[in-house]
Amino acid sequence: MVKINGNDCDISGMTISQYLKATDYDLKFIAVERNEEIVPKDQYDEIIIQNGDVIEVVSFVGGG
Amino acid sequence: MHSIPTKEEMLLALEERHGKELQSKFSNASVSICGLGGLGSNIAIALARAGVGNLYLIDFDRVELSNLNRQQYFASQLGMYKTDALKENLLQIIPYVNVISHTVRITESNTKELLKGTDIICEAFDCAEEKAMLVNCVLENLPDKYLVSGSGMAGMSSANSIKTRRVAKHFYLCGDETSDVSDGIGLVSSRVMVCAAHQAHMVLRIIAEEFEV
Repeated sequence: MVKINGNDCDISGMTISQYLKATDYDLKFIAVERNEEIVPKDQYDEIIIQNGDVIEVVSFVGGG
Repeated sequence: MHSIPTKEEMLLALEERHGKELQSKFSNASVSICGLGGLGSNIAIALARAGVGNLYLIDFDRVELSNLNRQQYFASQLGMYKTDALKENLLQIIPYVNVISHTVRITESNTKELLKGTDIICEAFDCAEEKAMLVNCVLENLPDKYLVSGSGMAGMSSANSIKTRRVAKHFYLCGDETSDVSDGIGLVSSRVMVCAAHQAHMVLRIIAEEFEV
């Protein structure tokens, strides 16, 4: 099981890119943390989500 | 009218409020503020008033009429670069704060060079895409820095929905994370100030070595 933004999800084995494609996130507005470390955007295609990973997708909104 | 107090008098007044030990940490701290709009201008003033000794101000833009509803500028400063106008205002409040300003647009290619000199960085942009760019860039290239970002403070929802969250060891996010200015809900001074105050307070807590939210 993988924890994504606090929720348990059964997505181990997918790459970060594959997971994101299945969601509504817009890649332009997000940062992805995996086990408290940033996932560089050029590694979304390569990094495979492992069982036990804790992932945070932060999606920024405008205003400041 | 009183004359402007000396540097020593101002430091003593801060020490009376904060205690000598904490004030010494504030005085020696350096913080970068990326974007000097509703978030950045309010963050800068809060940090300067608290006696943070060194503030790096970064923005490429000029003060416009549409900024005055929430940003810490005066009508007489319309057309000035925000870096120059905010420096002027900070020095009016605290004449001895060390302000270093860079009138430049922050991009992926200059982020590291611009921000390597300070331990704490505030993301205070307006545009969601630029927020994401800066956060990714800082966390990838400057992993030892503390980053305090703001997302979600538009509109008239309750001030109580704005929170500080520790996303990762060195990355804090302030805001409600949902209220998007592009939904046409506007930006109101008080709610933007709440978010800016969350960011400024987290910065002061980091300087005080209080890392939890």
